[in-house]
This record gives sequence, C-alpha cells and structure tokens, in this order.
Amino acid sequence: MNKARQNPVNVIAAHGALILYTLIALFPVFVIVINSFKSRRDIFREPLALPDADSFSMIGYQTVLKQGDFFLYFQNSLIVTVCSLFFILLFGAMAAFALSEYRFKGNTLMGLYLALGIMIPIRIGTVAILDLMVQTGLVNTLFALILVYTAQGLPLAVFILSEFMRQVSEDLKNAGRIDGLSEYTIFFRLVLPLVRPAMATVAVFNMIPIWNDLWFPLILAPAEETKTLTLGSQVFIGQFVTDWNAVLSALSLAILPVMALYVIFSRQLIRGITSGAVK
Amino acid sequence: MTALTLSNVNKSFGAVHVLKDINLSVEEGEFVVFVGPSGCGKSTLLRVIAGLEDATSGIIDIGGTVVNTVPPAKRGIAMVFQSYALYPHLNVRDNMALALKQEKRPKAEIEKRVAEASRMLSLEAYLNRRPAELSGGQRQRVAIGRAVVREPKLFLFDEPLSNLDAALRMNTRLEIAKLHRQLAASMIYVTHDQTEAMTLADKIVVLRDGRVEQVGSPMELYNNPANRFVAEFLGSPSMNFVPAERLGGPADQEIGIRPEHVQIAESGVLSGPVVHVEQLGGDTNILVDIGYEMPFTVRMFGQYPVGTGTTVNLAFSTENTYRFTRDGVRQV
Ligand SMILES: Nc1ncnc2c1ncn2[C@@H]1O[C@H](COP(=O)(O)OP(=O)(O)OP(=O)(O)O)[C@@H](O)[C@H]1O
Ligand SMILES: [Mg+2]
Repeated sequence: MNKARQNPVNVIAAHGALILYTLIALFPVFVIVINSFKSRRDIFREPLALPDADSFSMIGYQTVLKQGDFFLYFQNSLIVTVCSLFFILLFGAMAAFALSEYRFKGNTLMGLYLALGIMIPIRIGTVAILDLMVQTGLVNTLFALILVYTAQGLPLAVFILSEFMRQVSEDLKNAGRIDGLSEYTIFFRLVLPLVRPAMATVAVFNMIPIWNDLWFPLILAPAEETKTLTLGSQVFIGQFVTDWNAVLSALSLAILPVMALYVIFSRQLIRGITSGAVK
Repeated sequence: MTALTLSNVNKSFGAVHVLKDINLSVEEGEFVVFVGPSGCGKSTLLRVIAGLEDATSGIIDIGGTVVNTVPPAKRGIAMVFQSYALYPHLNVRDNMALALKQEKRPKAEIEKRVAEASRMLSLEAYLNRRPAELSGGQRQRVAIGRAVVREPKLFLFDEPLSNLDAALRMNTRLEIAKLHRQLAASMIYVTHDQTEAMTLADKIVVLRDGRVEQVGSPMELYNNPANRFVAEFLGSPSMNFVPAERLGGPADQEIGIRPEHVQIAESGVLSGPVVHVEQLGGDTNILVDIGYEMPFTVRMFGQYPVGTGTTVNLAFSTENTYRFTRDGVRQV
C-alpha cells in the first residue's frame, strides 16, 4: 500500500468494516457449530450459549453417523464438486485461450454466445435437461450432475479466464512458438500457470453453489446411492418433526470439505513464482 | 549468399494495411537495423519474418528457402523480445536449453552449447536461478543466450535494450556488437535509439507508415538522405529546416542543415532570439527562434555561455545544406 493511503483513521475504519463483516458472515456458522454439540433441549433454551458440561451432547453426530449412508453422500458430493470444478477449469481455460489467442471469423460472436449463460440461469432448462437425461439413461448417475454443473459453470469461467489470458505476455507465447513448443504446451506450461489466480477465483466461485445445490440432485439423481450431502441431510428435516441435532451436525460436517478446498485454492491466489517472466 | 530476402511483402490486419510492399535483402553476416517512428510497422515486419504473423502477400526467403508456410521454430531464426519473455517456471539453464530439447538434440551437445553461450554472456554463475531471481540486465542476457544456443541463421531483436537503464544499455549494446563479430551471424535489430542504430548497424532501414523510406549504411543515410523524413529522423538533435526563399532560393523549397554545421557569427544569413539553451557539458545546444515551424538548433562543441533572449546571427556554408521540395523529396 502506498504511503499516502496509510492515513491511520482510514486504516482503522477499513479494518473495522472488514472485521465487522467477517463477524456477521461467520456468526451463523458459529451458531450452527456450537449448537451441533448441544442437546436438543439446550439448543432451544439458549441458542447462543456455548456448550458446557451440562448441555454438551454428541447425539447429533451419532445420529448422522449411524444413518450409515452419510459417508456415501459425502463421497458423492465430493466427487461431483471436484469433477465439475476440474471440467469447468479445463474446458473453460481452453475455450478462453482460443478466444483470446486466435483471430478467427466469429471470434467475438462466439465469446458473446459463451458468455450468454451468465445471464440465463440453467434452471430454466430443467425440464429439457431432465428429458435429455432420461433419454440418455443418465438419470440417477453422478455423471448427470457433473455434466449439468460443468455447463452451469462454463460461461463465467470462459468470461473471466479469457480476460486474464489476454493479459498474458504476447512475447512469452511467441518465444515459446519460436522455441518449437506446441500450442498445447504453450497453453498448459506457459499460460495456465500465469492465470492460476484467476483459475482459483473461478474455482471458489463455482464450488459453493455446486456443493450446496439441492435442485439438480433432487431432480436428476435422487436415488439412494447417488444422493449428495445436501439432499441426504433432508431426511432429518421432516414435515412434522425435525431432528435439529442431526441437521446441525450434518451441516457442520459439510462445512469441512468446502473449507479444505477453499484453503487449497486460496493458496493459488498468491502469485509467487509468476513474477519475473516479463519486465 | 543472402540470409533474408523479402519480395513485395504486404501485411494487413483486416482493413488496416500495415506493411506496404516491402522489398529488402539481408546479406550473410550483416547487421541490419530497422528504425522508424512508433507504429510504423517495425515489430510487425519482424514478426512476419519470424513467422509469428502470416504475410498477406509476398515472399519471405530465409537462407535460400521460401519460408512463407514454415512454422517459426523451423525457420532457422531466433528472436529476442523487449520484455525478455523468459519461461518463469524454468531456471536459466533450462530456459536456454528448451529449444534444443524440443529439437531432440543429444544431451552432450545441449550442455556444450549452453555452457558456451553462458560463458560468452557471463551467465555461468546464474545457471540454476529462476528468472525472478535475476536483475533486468541479467534477464536480457539470458534472453540473448537463449537465442545464441540455437545457432540460428538469422537473429531478430525487437528493441531488446529499451527496458534497461542507460549504463546497462551501453554495456549490453557492446555485448551485442561483440556477439555479432564472434558469431558472424546475420542480425536484424529494431530500435528507437539513434545511438544503437548508428553504432551497431552495417545497414539501416528507415521505415515510415509501413513503407521502406531508405536503405543504406549509417553514414550514407546521415550524409545523403533521400528525403526530408530520413534527414529529420536520423541525427540528434535533428536537422534544421528553413524556407529556401529566405536564403534567396525558389519559393516552394526547403533548406535543411544539421545543427553541428551552424555557427553563431558576427553576421549571418539568419538571426533571431535564443529561446532555450541545453548545456550538456561536452556540447551545448542552442535553440534559436527564426520565425519558422521549429526553433533552429545550433550545436556548439564545448561549453558556451549564452543567455536566453539574446539575439544571435547564424552562419553556415551552403555546401553543408540539403535542398528538399515541398513534398519532402531531396533535390540534388
Ligand atoms: N494484431 C494487430 N491487429 C491490428 N492492428 C495491429 C496489430 N498489431 C499491430 N497493429 C498495427 O500495426 C501498426 C504497426 O504496429 P507495430 O507494432 O509493428 O509498430 P512498431 O513500429 O513496432 O511500433 P513501436 O515502435 O511502438 O513498437 C500499428 O498501427 C498497430 O496499430
Ligand atoms: Mg514495436
């Protein structure tokens, strides 16, 4: 940060605002986690109290783990999220590279077409998608979910990544061409490492909605063996009775993998080794 | 043998016609410098030669082979970029070796060539470092080394020194001159810098708006410019112009005279007030307003105290003058 902007009042105000926002954003998570360790009675009596010797109870976790299929749901969610992210990043980056690097007829039009999906929610096409999945026999497979999420994530990925790829030094790519690198090598070895921060951003943006989605798992893959975590947790929410201990425990557990993925991606946001390539 | 021949090369980006009918040849071992104002197409021409852009029409011949459809890596050229363009994930040794590895050369040969190039450019101490751990000058030497190891028929340099500070620029310039003598390879060099152009070139190509204005040795161009553009472009400070009428010539002509050929005298053909003085220590540039487009520059050797506002008389001998028509063509 430059000196002129380091006015202490501004610094304090900025940090104050950020800290306040962090507290507000983390508060619900905090409440979920502490209550997941309390007995049902104590959850409702004092929702904001920390668990103590009296109110501490692992009953929620026990229910969740006894439910048996929980690990399967967990695994399904993880497979769907990781695979979708992988395909979004791979295909998104490839499309972005083609759009930013090569001059061909209809380049701009193609870019606009690919970006259209940002404005049109994919859920509008649910009926058609379901129809398609039924016809191709993909209903109740994780693959169906991966396909849909990949399609859902691509527009924004292409849009963001092509903007970043335009900024990758032309000279660097040309140096590679003169040294005899193939376009694939240039893409994978030179360009991708330089747009890693953008890739991480795209991954973080896409990860949460996919992990939390209830809509498509409910419609496309409601079978017991393909249920995702969000869908699986619904068994604890009944029309008449809701097992709050179990719900809160399931949610607490569901936070962990997303957090792990986030840590992985956010490390990539640090530019580190990319400096010194040009200039 | 000619290292490079361009015949009627044109390049358009859509409707923009950037290179117009370029004809040019570069002899074996020749050092050719492209100069011209910003945006005149120097880089584009270099990229067309390298194969990074396709020529819209015309023939590009490198070392006796037409290379219009040959990919850059197989043209026998190497290029050094203004922004260094080193591979950030590779250390210095691998940066230099990459092209040879791509060509599947034997390991021993790669090692030998890298060792030789790094000795030539004093890079031995840095072979295991990443580009991020090098200074600007070192990075540019690595970029040059990367070109040298390929032993190309033709080197292409696109303003390689313009990101370096003045002292480093001078060192690296000498290094490039030395390299040219040692390797006896043909080189094409794009620059904005007068000194680089004059000191390095066997042959200077002056470009304007995608056209070749004049080709010749530095002194040929300096002493015998074909038109007003070349006369004004080469030489620093640049040539002075005055309507021929004021010196008793015809109405539609201009007279050009280089600043070092003008003296401040008791009496002279022109006179006017001094508007600015640049004291450079070794030289003094005195700008005199003679009531024409640009102030008249007088270049005096040594230090010359003169105050602004003083009216001075300017003298020069006619044998040092150049005559141009209104549309810039030289009259001999
Ligand atoms: N990819 C492109 N698409 C469209 N126009 C281009 C493209 N590349 C270059 N041009 C145009 O071609 C002209 C010549 O550009 P070029 O980069 O060759 O100039 P230059 O002589 O190298 O200038 P400088 O000295 O500033 O580097 C410019 O007018 C530029 O706008
Ligand atoms: Mg240029």
